[in-house]
Amino acid sequence: MANLKELSKRPDGFSPGHRLCAGCGIPIIPKLLYKVTDYDIVVASATGCFEVATTIYPYTSWLKPFVHSAFENAAATISGVEAMYQSLKKQGKIPANRKLKFVAFGGDGGTYDIGLQSLSGALERGHDIVYICYDNGAYMNTGIQRSSATPYGASTTTSPAGKVIPGKMQRRKDLTNIALAHHIEYAAQTAVSHWNDLATKLQKGLDIDGPAFICVMSPCVPGWMYPSDQSIEVTRMAVETGYWPLFEMDHGVFRVNYRPKQKLPVADWLKLQGRFRHLFRPEYTYVIEEIQRQVDDYWEYLAHMEQAFPAPPK
Amino acid sequence: MAKIVATTGNSAMAYAMKQINPDVCAAYPITPSTQVMEEFSKYVADGVVNTNLVTVESEHSAMSACIGAAAAGGRVLTATSANGMALMWEMLYIAAGMRLPIVMALVNRALSAPINIHCDHSDSFGARDSGWIQLYSENAQEAYDNLIQAVRISEHPDVRLPVMVCQDGFIISHSIERMEYLEDDEVRKFIGDYKPMYALLDIDKPVTLGSLDLQDYYIEHKRQEAEAMKLATPVITAVAKDFEKMTGRAYGLFETYHLDDAEVGIVAVNSAAGTIKEIIDQYRRKGIKVGLLKPRLYRPFPTEAYVKALGHLKAITVLDRVDSFGAMAGPLMLEVRAALYDLPKRPVTIGKIYGLGGRDLEESHCQYVIDELVQIAASGKYRELCEYITVRE
Repeated sequence: MANLKELSKRPDGFSPGHRLCAGCGIPIIPKLLYKVTDYDIVVASATGCFEVATTIYPYTSWLKPFVHSAFENAAATISGVEAMYQSLKKQGKIPANRKLKFVAFGGDGGTYDIGLQSLSGALERGHDIVYICYDNGAYMNTGIQRSSATPYGASTTTSPAGKVIPGKMQRRKDLTNIALAHHIEYAAQTAVSHWNDLATKLQKGLDIDGPAFICVMSPCVPGWMYPSDQSIEVTRMAVETGYWPLFEMDHGVFRVNYRPKQKLPVADWLKLQGRFRHLFRPEYTYVIEEIQRQVDDYWEYLAHMEQAFPAPPK
Repeated sequence: MAKIVATTGNSAMAYAMKQINPDVCAAYPITPSTQVMEEFSKYVADGVVNTNLVTVESEHSAMSACIGAAAAGGRVLTATSANGMALMWEMLYIAAGMRLPIVMALVNRALSAPINIHCDHSDSFGARDSGWIQLYSENAQEAYDNLIQAVRISEHPDVRLPVMVCQDGFIISHSIERMEYLEDDEVRKFIGDYKPMYALLDIDKPVTLGSLDLQDYYIEHKRQEAEAMKLATPVITAVAKDFEKMTGRAYGLFETYHLDDAEVGIVAVNSAAGTIKEIIDQYRRKGIKVGLLKPRLYRPFPTEAYVKALGHLKAITVLDRVDSFGAMAGPLMLEVRAALYDLPKRPVTIGKIYGLGGRDLEESHCQYVIDELVQIAASGKYRELCEYITVRE
């Protein structure tokens, strides 16, 4: 892995001037994606913040080929693009030395929920693609509605904190492990706060000849409700409190990539964000306790996974 | 050299697909079109085509993958029916709006509910506003010929729109008929190579496709799509002329049967036309001047040509194998009737809804329609603007 100084000198595939919010975590991902690799990449995106803010006709932020068709089908769309590439290459209509890679982007709504079937199909069929889910934990583009990625207890416009219901009362779906169940060679969870972890995982995903899945925690200023200069800090705290572990399944070896030196209480992450403000009312202490229980429970699960899929002895 | 075969509508479509040899085909099984993909899969497995077959997990993904593949810059085909096409609905509009030349073999089947696997036209007629060109086929030969012509129409630089080729589920798709196949190289020469205007895989000329298009541009792009539809009509005619040169089989925007000297006429698409022609022969022997117009093209709707062909009639019955529930009549009837409105002396035009869910259109039904037309022609009056036939009431 190059250092940041070297990466900054590499050519861009994604240009500034897009209309994503100040403090949005998403643009970090495409910027790094193009910088970490020498592959030529074709990108497909699901409908969502990323797509609408970067392709407002007649402008585009994409210096490289980009396609969007609908919301629930980025994985199917990129499947078609990749299938055409394989076909034309086999027929000799694309030079044999021209190696292209294919990346699909979807938000958590477009991936965990409405796009899950299309994602599963693409992973099962084994296309040479990297699917990147930018997970900001709700339908942010339509105005912060709950998705199956929304954290337990979070207030959204369709799971509002009310007088009797303290926000979303369901646990987040564990999408990366669902992707893993397709027995693909690479699946990982990472966060924009950890550029090195993110860059390494993007590179690994691209290097595989086959499907790879990467779920990236990406902070959302209006959805999470924190000051726009705090994006990286808030995301880092999700990792430091153990709410968002960084892990990967790499060719059958399961690794937790980062262990906080001192695992902070999850409340330290919750209190930074307006979407959890209601949980600090005395009557909702039990919700915070439940979130902490879920975090601890998940780390136990990760430990089991590491035991089950250890690195081969050196 | 043409090869004479006895085969089904589905096999004919699969064979046309083999000869077209698309770069990518993405599809999902659904009755009654399944056989098209089964047979095509065999061609892939045997290596007689170059196609990369993407066996997706739903029709929505089938059309999405077709869109991705076509945007990537190659030739793309698919096949489906009824509910499968309904699941593609969102993507049908997107394929057309992105101006992608995708060709679909559509084996017409009734939409649920109640669930039914047999023929009617609720699938394709429902998609009439989606921006797809629609070609209808009376029999296996026409389905085969239309599919081959569809590639040229779809890829024409003036058009660049997706095309669906429709044939009747089971009635045609599963019935064996005599027909003629072209040689592979004749088909390949006829369709030629495809050179896309924009291609995602052209890394040196990067494009952004599927942009967000707001109030400042959307309507201009839709206007261009409307223009492409208009330009499709002469292209369809020109492609048909070339096809006739090669095969001797003439195709236009529609087919007529004893229409020129007719006093009354029937309008019907697809396989019903075969039955109607038979009954017209019966009536012609009795001296009754009845004729048929069988549209090949429903989208674009060639208004002027239909008016010219039908304007001299005293009375017309349009048969719709689909209902637009709550509308004045079936969709084809409404459009034909509206087209004739500007004539100073216009035919009395009524409609019948028939054959939903695969109910047969029998001899007696056609006789009922013609007998009524004769009465209307004499009296100038009709009993009902639109009624169901082939139904127990």
